Amino acid sequence: MASQSLRPPLRASNVNVFSRRIKSNIVSGLALLATIIVIAPLIAILFYLLKQGITSLNWNFFTKIPVPAGESGGGMENAIVGSGVVLALASLIGIPLGIGAGIYLAEYAGSTRMGNLVRFTADVLNGVPSIVMGIAIYALIVLPQKHFSALAGGVVLGIMMVPTVTRTTEEMLRMVPHAIREAALGLGVPAWRSVLTITVRTASAGIVTGCMLAFARVAGETAPLLFTAFGNAFQSTSLDEPIAALPLQIFVYAVSPYDEWHRLAWAGALVLIVLIMASVALVRYVTSRGMLKGAS
Amino acid sequence: MGVGIKISDLNAWYGTNHSLHEIQLDIPANHATALIGPSGCGKSTFLRCLNRMHETNPIARVTGKVLINEVDIYAESSPVEIRRRVGMVFQRPNPFPTMSIYDNVASGLKLNGFRSRRVLDEVVERSLRQSALWEEVKDDLKKKSGASLSGGQQQRLCIARALAVDPEVMLMDEPASALDPISTAKIEDLIFELKSQYTIVIVTHNMQQAARVAENTGFFLMGKLVEFDSTHKIFTNPRDKRTEDYITGRFG
Amino acid sequence: MTQPAKIFVSESSTPPPDAKQPVKPSVVRTFLRGRGNSAIADGTFKALVFLCALSIFGIVILIAWELISRSHLTLAKFGLGFFFRSAWDPVNNDFGAFPFIYGTLVSSFLALLISVPFALGVAIFLTEMCPKWLRAPLSFLTELLAAIPSVVYGLWAIFVLIPLLRDYVNPKLMFTLGWTGFFTGPNAGYSMLAAGVVLAIMILPIISSLTREVMTSVPMVQREGVLALGATRWEMIRIGVLRNARIGIVGAIILGLGRALGETMAVTMVIGNRPEIVKSFLAPGYTMASVLANEFSEATGDMYLSALIEIGLALFLVTIVVNACARMLVWAVTRGAPARVA
Repeated sequence: MASQSLRPPLRASNVNVFSRRIKSNIVSGLALLATIIVIAPLIAILFYLLKQGITSLNWNFFTKIPVPAGESGGGMENAIVGSGVVLALASLIGIPLGIGAGIYLAEYAGSTRMGNLVRFTADVLNGVPSIVMGIAIYALIVLPQKHFSALAGGVVLGIMMVPTVTRTTEEMLRMVPHAIREAALGLGVPAWRSVLTITVRTASAGIVTGCMLAFARVAGETAPLLFTAFGNAFQSTSLDEPIAALPLQIFVYAVSPYDEWHRLAWAGALVLIVLIMASVALVRYVTSRGMLKGAS
Repeated sequence: MGVGIKISDLNAWYGTNHSLHEIQLDIPANHATALIGPSGCGKSTFLRCLNRMHETNPIARVTGKVLINEVDIYAESSPVEIRRRVGMVFQRPNPFPTMSIYDNVASGLKLNGFRSRRVLDEVVERSLRQSALWEEVKDDLKKKSGASLSGGQQQRLCIARALAVDPEVMLMDEPASALDPISTAKIEDLIFELKSQYTIVIVTHNMQQAARVAENTGFFLMGKLVEFDSTHKIFTNPRDKRTEDYITGRFG
Repeated sequence: MTQPAKIFVSESSTPPPDAKQPVKPSVVRTFLRGRGNSAIADGTFKALVFLCALSIFGIVILIAWELISRSHLTLAKFGLGFFFRSAWDPVNNDFGAFPFIYGTLVSSFLALLISVPFALGVAIFLTEMCPKWLRAPLSFLTELLAAIPSVVYGLWAIFVLIPLLRDYVNPKLMFTLGWTGFFTGPNAGYSMLAAGVVLAIMILPIISSLTREVMTSVPMVQREGVLALGATRWEMIRIGVLRNARIGIVGAIILGLGRALGETMAVTMVIGNRPEIVKSFLAPGYTMASVLANEFSEATGDMYLSALIEIGLALFLVTIVVNACARMLVWAVTRGAPARVA
């Protein structure tokens, strides 16, 4: 530490140094305090969630659909299935578009003006509130169809995935060493094939984790589903009808006056959190291990 | 069988940087030709003009004629087709990390749509034998990834990969510069063997290497071809003073 | 310019070309010769991925188009005054969005006030002071904070934060700061303050991680130069790092603001949802995002829907502007490297 190795002699003219050092230590202490104040409640939140959620999780939760308020024994099976349906559709829309855009940015657009414009727009799109996206898709799909639907829910979550998948795909592709691309080109492999089977394949682990991150992010989204998927008290997998979703159900139950429903909300929240935490941890693991297996 | 290369009026640019000036050269078939010169003299750029890799750089430009087997590779063909006829081995070994040894060698064929398993097996074995790697990897063809080999083995793998597409010309850009002396010796033996079947053009920083493997040598300086003659003549009695200065180590 | 001499010198040691011609190579050669130059496939592929990239523009344009076209009724009837009036009467088709704007701004600024000092503190600690072994788990925890869905924060806030505020914090605030007028009135717990606190927790990881990214992009030489002059650690951070990263940090804060402006679920669950403008932070309020969440699916009547969609349009435009400014500021410091924010 510089301040220790340059310890000045104790003289009146060095009092200034003392006060500077004290100030520095105070700031360091404050920073540490801030971190503790932030981290401690976070851990408290997670533990509280775990405690409340685990006591409410049982077999019924995963297998039964909701029962009328006041009765017990209900579950969130329809919400879990519903989330699955909506997320599957979302992935079908968001992942191909996102990967395609990412390939364009990494392989064709480089630092061109168009490329920078696309990047900028993707970042800005990321910041649009999800509820506004919900409104737009409501106007686009729900109004003409005159009913809520899983289709609308899937579409809105799908377009929310696009910016994230695009940026992470681009990042991962850029990490593929130039030498690999040269090797493919030097063999007379057509450009499109080289990009797809060599570059994308080499970066595939990273691209997959990027998709997982986007997936985890939209899995917890409630607002855009409020008036697209809308929710359903019953089992449904049809794209043409309103459908239940886990975060939606958590919201409805949380603001309700029934204790039993509160219980279920906690259980649902726990399931959601575990899913998301697992994705984040997996992403970190794959990224730290280095996704370019063996490439120097 | 190898083919000859005739280069006339070749100029190359990187953006505004004029890197090659009016190169005229006839590279003989079935011989090894070495290109020597100090760093930055343009020999690698010249090599990359022979298989149209130079133009993969967005600010690169080429004018002039390069005839390989009487076909103008710029005017009468496309980059992809040319690169299937002119193979390249790069300075640093670059096997595909996600593929096995077998898939690496077969990649030039598989990625162009070749399907026959039987022929692929034969081609892979032939290529690995040609690059003197067969004995070392024949048991792990599909189990080991291309990147798990040692540096020298990786480079021989890259040579096998390039040979698998049966090119007419082999371009080598300082193929042994990143390798240890034993691997270097193996690669030089390889080049000696391959000469009879392919036309080889090898860029090298190592003048002794040029003397060992090549029949003809060209000396590049600041983007120009200063002298081109038999290796023996270049190293014992060069005509140009600049060549002599470089050979004797007065600069470079 | 020396021209190269004639080439072939016959004393070279080339062995004569062998007549041994294996059959297989010609199979390979003929196959490859027949492959063509794939210009069409290349062009098609490039066009396809370009279309995917264009879809991003398409999405933004689509959203803007729907929002503008569907809110034309109230746009025509009230004009810009829509955002400055306080009315919300669906029965008589009288709409004014000012209470929601007020609620959004106040809750967001409260959130910034609370979270920025902590976010900066955490960022400074993690980048400049944290021991290496602690850095990964701590940053993992902050990443986790950012990944928790809004509705889960809301759930926790209803059952933990609100009782905490109502029973312990608010009375103290009323006692000590009641004279300011900001902490008075009925203490139901569901309040602007609750929303501000929850928002603060939610935007903290964003501000913190972006600040960290900006701080780490300041080159080491800046830090070393200041240290070499005999600075204390804090002085090194202040002069060597923060001063250089200033612009980016402002960008990070603005990005946090952008997120707070659009946050819906957690806010809806704790703010009380009353469209009134009251000075006290302990009173319930209403934000733009909350009114959309609560009333959109039950909006009957074209004018009602149009009013709500117009609020959505305002939210859209404001967050775009805020995010664009923030990104530009961050780009200025990190030179356009993709900022990985959830």
